[in-house]
Order: sequence, then structure tokens, then C-alpha cells
Amino acid sequence: MKLTKIFMTSTALAFAAGAVAAADMANEMTIVSWGGAYSKSQLNAYHNPYSEKTGVTIINDDSSAEAVAKLRAMNEAGNVTWDVVDVVAADAMRLCDEGLAEEIDFNSQLAPAPDGTTAEDDFGALLVSDCFIPQIVYSTTFGYRTDLVGDTAPSSICDVFDLEAYPGKRSLEKRPINNMEWALLCDGVDKADVYDVLETSEGQDRALAKLDTIKDSVVWWSAGADTPQLLADGEVIMGSTYNGRLFSVIEEQKQPVAMLWDAQVFDLDGWIIPAGLSEERKARALDYIYFATDTQRLADQAKYISYGPARASSAPLVGQHADLGIDMAPHMPTDPNNAQNTFLYNYEFWADYRDDIDAKFQAWLAK
Amino acid sequence: MSDTTDTGPVLAADGTPLKRSLSRALRRQKMRALMLIAPLLIFVLISFIIPIGSMLFRSVENDIVGQTLPLTVVELQNWDSESGELPDEALYAAFATDMVAAIEAKKHTRLGTRLNYEQTGLSSLFRKSGRKMKKLDPAADAPFKEKIIDIDKKWGDIETWRTIKTHSVKYTNGYFLNAVDMRRTPEGAQAQPEDKQILIKLFQRTLIMSMIITVSCIILGYPVAWILANLPMRTANILMILVLLPFWTSLLVRTSAWKVMLQQQGVINEVLVWLGMVADDSRLVLINNQTGTIIAMTHILLPFMILPMYSVMQTIKPHYVRAAKSMGATDWTSFWRVYFPQSIPGIGAGSILVFILAIGYYITPEIVGGTKGVFISNRIAYHISSSLNWGLAAALGTILLAVVLILYWAYDKIVGIDNVKLG
Repeated sequence: MKLTKIFMTSTALAFAAGAVAAADMANEMTIVSWGGAYSKSQLNAYHNPYSEKTGVTIINDDSSAEAVAKLRAMNEAGNVTWDVVDVVAADAMRLCDEGLAEEIDFNSQLAPAPDGTTAEDDFGALLVSDCFIPQIVYSTTFGYRTDLVGDTAPSSICDVFDLEAYPGKRSLEKRPINNMEWALLCDGVDKADVYDVLETSEGQDRALAKLDTIKDSVVWWSAGADTPQLLADGEVIMGSTYNGRLFSVIEEQKQPVAMLWDAQVFDLDGWIIPAGLSEERKARALDYIYFATDTQRLADQAKYISYGPARASSAPLVGQHADLGIDMAPHMPTDPNNAQNTFLYNYEFWADYRDDIDAKFQAWLAK
Repeated sequence: MSDTTDTGPVLAADGTPLKRSLSRALRRQKMRALMLIAPLLIFVLISFIIPIGSMLFRSVENDIVGQTLPLTVVELQNWDSESGELPDEALYAAFATDMVAAIEAKKHTRLGTRLNYEQTGLSSLFRKSGRKMKKLDPAADAPFKEKIIDIDKKWGDIETWRTIKTHSVKYTNGYFLNAVDMRRTPEGAQAQPEDKQILIKLFQRTLIMSMIITVSCIILGYPVAWILANLPMRTANILMILVLLPFWTSLLVRTSAWKVMLQQQGVINEVLVWLGMVADDSRLVLINNQTGTIIAMTHILLPFMILPMYSVMQTIKPHYVRAAKSMGATDWTSFWRVYFPQSIPGIGAGSILVFILAIGYYITPEIVGGTKGVFISNRIAYHISSSLNWGLAAALGTILLAVVLILYWAYDKIVGIDNVKLG
């Protein structure tokens, strides 16, 4: 008798809680991002102002690293719980290919620049997928320990492959993307021909052979925080990672580390809206995107993290770091001084060759 | 013995035959037991067996080709892939109809991703062609053959059609072949090119390293369990907390702590250099290789070995060892001939636990394993979350599951599962 009563009460309570949750839903949205300093910059530049303006509560979910797999699973289960997702461009393209992200009509669904330029012209060539609204340009580049590299600091990407001039360990990402390009570049391939060479089996072997010359001195990383930690501990003398991570090691933690911008690889990070949202949630997600990707908001984010805003019209508005008070422009990967020799991540190429080259790369690693 | 001659059924108090009445009571009891475990049973079924079953099913399922290009698949049956000639107009017409419908439903790029696992380049072929073929009208624009080849010359490549035909079956062995470094081709199963073979190697490495980890857990855990079982209760309880302490710390924290300990500028190397046991320029490489994985995983899995050993050793009466000694056995003989055999069920239970946990471990090898200390589970994780090749991931998972079951069966045959005790 007593047990039944408890059951009844708890069931009733559960239903009540469900009803409350449903009511709350209307005023809540879940935004997925990378966590850490990056999410914090978004919180300051986008989420807080948006919540103030609209009263919508924003819930953060730090799942961007597994976003594609999770979205696919949610979609199959027919229950998408995310409203807006922050992903890199390559993932956005795959989500678009798989039909897991909404296509965006850029001109009508995004804010124009203050001078009236359409969103499509303002973002320009950075609109690499129909589903993807770019937010920042970041780069994968090298940092080195100023106290461990001897008298002449490394100035070229090929110094990474030069064990004689710079003995010691270096850290590289445990995947073929970027490493293969750098290897070919330092094996004497012209920058313009890199992807033509990499298309062929011989070209791939050539890149791996070049990487083979430093294989014993490489620590392979899989999380963006690895290289900063390895540099700070003196485990490696140079290593690749995202430029924002290096900024934080250099300027915020004051470690003896400097940037090697040569042959940095630009990549894009931005928003997608998952397919399969209810009309109401989709409208709210679009409203958020309209707000968060306008010229001023994108420039604001650069106050908190050293990634370049994706709109051309935002660049002149980039100011000083919110806490450190230093000018952010010289720390942007897109700054003319830093961008003398750059790559843009080749989305089309890697979408095709990723599976094939990754199998070879992993087999080579395990050898 | 009763002296009654009545051979009829024995009756219960209410007149029904005792047998029936008994079985009814038993059935009611069984039903009640079933009702009690029903929540668990339903929970396990819904949250465990069905999802795992459906995941494993993906390892053979391949209806995406047939669903996206239904007419083309039928036409492909009439095409002889060995003929060395391109398919005829009928197939291109069927393909145009299928593609226009697939583009409408935004399914063509998905198929491109699927086929790209088999032939590099098909992903962009489907994506790019999709933009142009959208404008084709299946009713009015015939003939299609030249138009489609015009859109992309790869549609005029026999290899493309051979790939589509090879992978158009509803249920495929392709993923399982991939999982053992082979591939499905028009000529049947073939080995992958040598520079892409990695999975068999990873399976072997996973098994060998899991065994090494299990053995090191036994060697390290046995003395600890023995001490715990032989100390007075109060001291043993305090020491037990030390064994359990790692359980209360996050796995990631423990693994990262090993990084700080083991790296070349880390605690262990610094101490050894300071003591002069290791030269400064030849510091030990203890991490980002197999050593790192073995050390970190042995530490993490040690409690799973100690606990079953401890509970078995607690039940071993000290009298036996004392009796053996009183009859002239040395310390070693009394341990080896009397104590150790009684503790084997604990070792068995601990070994099974540790080995099965180790074989599926993923995060620790990823962090401290470098390139030579990663397991097959790291590859499964890659295919689940990065390459999205869930079919291959499912095939790898199925093989791993089968290997564990076979080992379990072998263990049962050799040692006997009755010999395993958790206390």
C-alpha cells in the first residue's frame, strides 16, 4: 500500500517536472562548442549579450570534437537536442553532405555589413559549404622554445625537418592533414603543386619518406592542449598547434615560447544548425546566428582570443585584449606580417583523400 | 513406508492433487521472481542488448546503395564488369533518374561518402555532379550517357561503375574484409596494399599488451592482496582505502598524472638524473610508447586484480599452512603447495576482469600510448567519431567481441570457470 503510494507520488512528480522542463524549453537553447578559452570567448562576445537582449538562457555543451558522430546518432534516433553547433569547416562539409545540417541562405538569413555589403560578399571565399557560417579564421602553426633552439631562431617550416640545426623533439598532430603538406614543401615541391603531388601514391610515399627522417624525434599529439603543455615542460623544442593556444602560452602564461608563422595552415571554424529541429527551435537558432555573426559581434570575439574574425568588415574593428590590454591585430594569423606564407586547408582534397591517406599514415606510424 | 493401498494421487488439504498444487505454488514463486528482475531485464534489453545488436548489424548492412540508386542497381546486374566496355544508355538513363530523386532528397552526398571508403575521389564526384545533375530532366533530356560523362569524366571510367556494382549488394562482407586488412573487389576478396595494412597488427598488439598488463597486475597485486588478507582487520581496512583511492579519482586525472611522472623532463627521469643513475642526455623514454601504456594501465586496473584476490585469500584458513609447516614443510613449500593453490580462483577472477577491461581500453592508450602503444579500440574510436565509417567500426567491434568470447571459452576449457571466485 505504502509502496504504491510512493510510486504514485513520484510518477506524478516526474510528470510535473517534465511539464516544467517543456515550458522552460521555449526559453532555452543548447549551443555546442569546444570548451576552454574558446567557449569563454564566445560566452563573452555572443552568449551574454544575446541572453541580455532576448532573455533566452543558453546552455553550453563542450562536445564539438565529437559533434559529427553525435549529430549522426541523434539524427538516427530522431531526437536532436542541440540548437546550434560550432564545428570546423571540414566537419561542416561532412554534416552538409550527410544531410545533418540545415542549408543557409546567407544573404537573407545573415546580417549585412554596416555599410550594406551583403553577407555573401562580406564573408567572401570563406563560405566553403552551403550549411556553414564561418566565425573565425584560425591557423595551425608552430611554436618553439626560445631558450632551447640555440642562437638562430627557426624561421622556416623546413627547420622543423632539420635535425642537425635544431636537435630535440618536436610535436606534430597524429593525422596526415597539414603534416603531409609541410613534408612535401620541405622536400622541394612547389607550393602550387603540393596537392597534385599528394594525389598520387608516389607523392604520398614521398611525404611519408620525408616525415620518416624525423619520425624518431616526434611526439604525436591528438588534443590541442598537448603541444602547449609539451612546450611549457620543455619536452619538445617546437611543435604545431592552433595559434590561439600558443598566444595563451606566450602572452597569458609568459612562457619562453615564440611563434613560427611560416607555412601556417588557415582553417575555419563556425556554426551549423542541425537538420531536424522543430520550426520554433530552428527560428530561434537562426535568430541567434543572425545576431552572433554580425560585424560587431565577430570583432568582439577577438578581444578574448587571438583568432581572426571571418567577415572582412570586422577586421578594422579588432581592438585590444580584454584583460591584457595588448593590441590583438599583430597576433592574428591573418595579420600581413604573419601571413607571408600560408596555406588554406584544402577541404575538397581532404574530403576525398582523408580515408585513404589516413590508412597509409596510421600504418606508417605503427611501423 | 505407508501401509495404505490407495494408489491414487496424493491430495492437498483443499482436495486438488498435491503435485498440481505444488507446481502452481512454484510457478507463482517463479513469476514473482521474474517480476522482481523484470525492471533489470527490460533495462538491460533496451539499453544494452538492442543498441549493441543494432550496432553490430551495421557491420554487414549495406542497403544505402540500393536505396539511393534503386534503378541503377538493377541495370548494373545486366552489365558485365569484365567486358571492358562502359555500361549502355539504359544504365545512364536509370542513373539520371535515380540521381535526380536522390539530389531532391539530399541523399547523393551520403552515398558519395559511403563509396569513398572504397574508392578515393567518389565523395567529391557525387557532390560536384549533384550540383550539375540537379538540372537534368529524366523525362526530356535523353540520351544521358554523353551528358553525364560531360558533367564529370569519371562517369566514363569503368572503375567507377565497377566499384558501385561491387558494393551494391544489400548485405556485404566488405566491412569485415576491411577489418582484417582485406578488401572486396570485383575479383573477390583481396589483401589490402601492404602500406595500408594496420588492423591485424593492432589486434595482435591489443591481445599481447593486454596479457602483459594482466600478468603485471598479478605480480604486483598478489603480495598486496596477501598482506591485506593477513593483517588484522583494522589495519587491513585502512590499507584497503589506499587500494580503493584510485577508484575515486577521475581516470583522466590519473592518466595525465602519469604523463607528468613519466615524461623525459618528468619526475622519474629528474630523480634518476639527480641520483646520477641516468645521464642527462640519455633520459629514459617511458611515455608515448608501449612502456607508457603498460605502466599506466597496470596502475589503473590493479584494483580489479587485488579485490577478487583479497576476498578469496580471506577465506583461506591459516590452519592449513600451519599444519603443513608442523609436518616439516619449508615456508616456500607450504606456500606453493598449500596456500597458492587455494588462491588460484582469485587470480582467475582478477585476470578475467583485468584482461577483458584492458582489451577494450581506449582513453589511456590514446593519451600515453604514442604511436606504438595504441590499441584496436583507438582505431574503432577513430572510425566512429572521425571517419564516420561506422560499418568498419562495427566489424572491428564484432571481431573484438568474438575474440573475447573465444578466449573466455578457452579459459573455461583449460582452467574451468567454476574455479573462478569473487569471494
